[in-house]
Amino acid sequence: MHELSVCQALIAQVEQIAAQHAAQGVKSVHLRLGPLSGVEPQLLQDAYPMACAGSVAAGSVLLIDLAPLKVKCQTCGAETQASPNRLLCGQCGDYHTQVVSGDEMLLMSVELIQGAA
Amino acid sequence: MCNTCGCNITPGNRTHAYKPVNGVTAVSVLQNLLAKNDDQAAHNRRHFDQHQVLAINFMSSPGSGKTALLEASIDALKNEFRIGVIEGDLETENDAERIRAKGVPAHQITTGSACHLDAHMVHDALHHFPLAGLDILFIENVGNLVCPASFDLGQHRNVTLLSVTEGDDKPAKYPVMFRAADAVLLTKSDLLQVLDDFDPERAESYVRKLASTAPVLQLSARKGLGMEAWLHWLRNELAQQRARLAGGATARPKVQPEGVALHA
Ligand SMILES: Nc1nc2c(ncn2[C@@H]2O[C@H](COP(=O)(O)OP(=O)(O)OP(=O)(O)O)[C@@H](O)[C@H]2O)c(=O)[nH]1
Ligand SMILES: [Mg+2]
Ligand SMILES: [Zn+2]
Ligand SMILES: [Zn+2]
Repeated sequence: MHELSVCQALIAQVEQIAAQHAAQGVKSVHLRLGPLSGVEPQLLQDAYPMACAGSVAAGSVLLIDLAPLKVKCQTCGAETQASPNRLLCGQCGDYHTQVVSGDEMLLMSVELIQGAA
Repeated sequence: MCNTCGCNITPGNRTHAYKPVNGVTAVSVLQNLLAKNDDQAAHNRRHFDQHQVLAINFMSSPGSGKTALLEASIDALKNEFRIGVIEGDLETENDAERIRAKGVPAHQITTGSACHLDAHMVHDALHHFPLAGLDILFIENVGNLVCPASFDLGQHRNVTLLSVTEGDDKPAKYPVMFRAADAVLLTKSDLLQVLDDFDPERAESYVRKLASTAPVLQLSARKGLGMEAWLHWLRNELAQQRARLAGGATARPKVQPEGVALHA
């Protein structure tokens, strides 16, 4: 599964941010994931402790917000809820829609622990 | 090759720190989780564009007929275009050898047992693989309907294969993969006559439910059925890409792995 590689990429990003801010540790890492991101939140949670062991992020908490899946119709303009294998317009049923939320895989924020503050 | 292009990638840094509270500082980041891969992919795309090469990523389950279609496409096009292949079969050299047997350069990415290719692996492969003079570069991804869809390699187009022995509901079961396809190929169509449960129209309707306008083409590489429509798609993509490059533009697959625009 690719969740471990995604997790390693995440930790590399967090390490970089921690170094920029001269942090001693990381308290939490906050993500936003959509159902069409291709990443399973639970698998990411499972991979997280292993991926951050030995890094500045060791012992931190991974918080994942789930983004709702919404599409915007190019035919009638409506913005409606959708499911991963049914991305049709909820209003008129057209398939010319665009995902406006639900395919994201974002690092939103990081809480850094700074030594002598 | 990268002495000239400057391979040191500097990812845009948009972090912003807030006031420390009890020694804890909240830093707002808002960056794609695979930002590093995406930067490398953009860099790969510049390599392809400098050499006027159209890069196509082949994705499917194991054994859906990716290599067989590459072989048949090479047979059909080798007097028309110069073709190169990067193979992502991580365990063996078999696929690369099959391609080389056709007289076409092939490079095997051997990176252990990864379940997908990423942009760094493809970039490393480019260092062993002269792009100069090529018209089309095919990248055969690892046989897997899940992981490859999340990693941009710098390709211009994604082609997803679904063999008729796999069941026509695969697009509904693997929406992330099939949504990413710029063309869906229903392969091994010669077997349709002995399979009564694969309905190509139903397969296509599952693709449409993913809001995809990608063409869904049936073909058999083994029996040479339906190859013309596929080859036509390919020629057309190459012509369009050349026209874009002439105007200083390039192409990315229609759907990006994870919405590149940060709709906050
Ligand atoms: N009947 C039939 N069999 C085919 C066709 N194309 C491929 N096959 C067979 O399907 C099997 C797998 O084909 P490959 O081309 O190796 O498939 P692949 O997707 O490259 O496989 P991996 O690289 O291992 O994921 C082989 O036994 C092929 O002979 C076809 O058009 N018709
Ligand atoms: Mg193969
Ligand atoms: Zn509509
Ligand atoms: Zn380079």
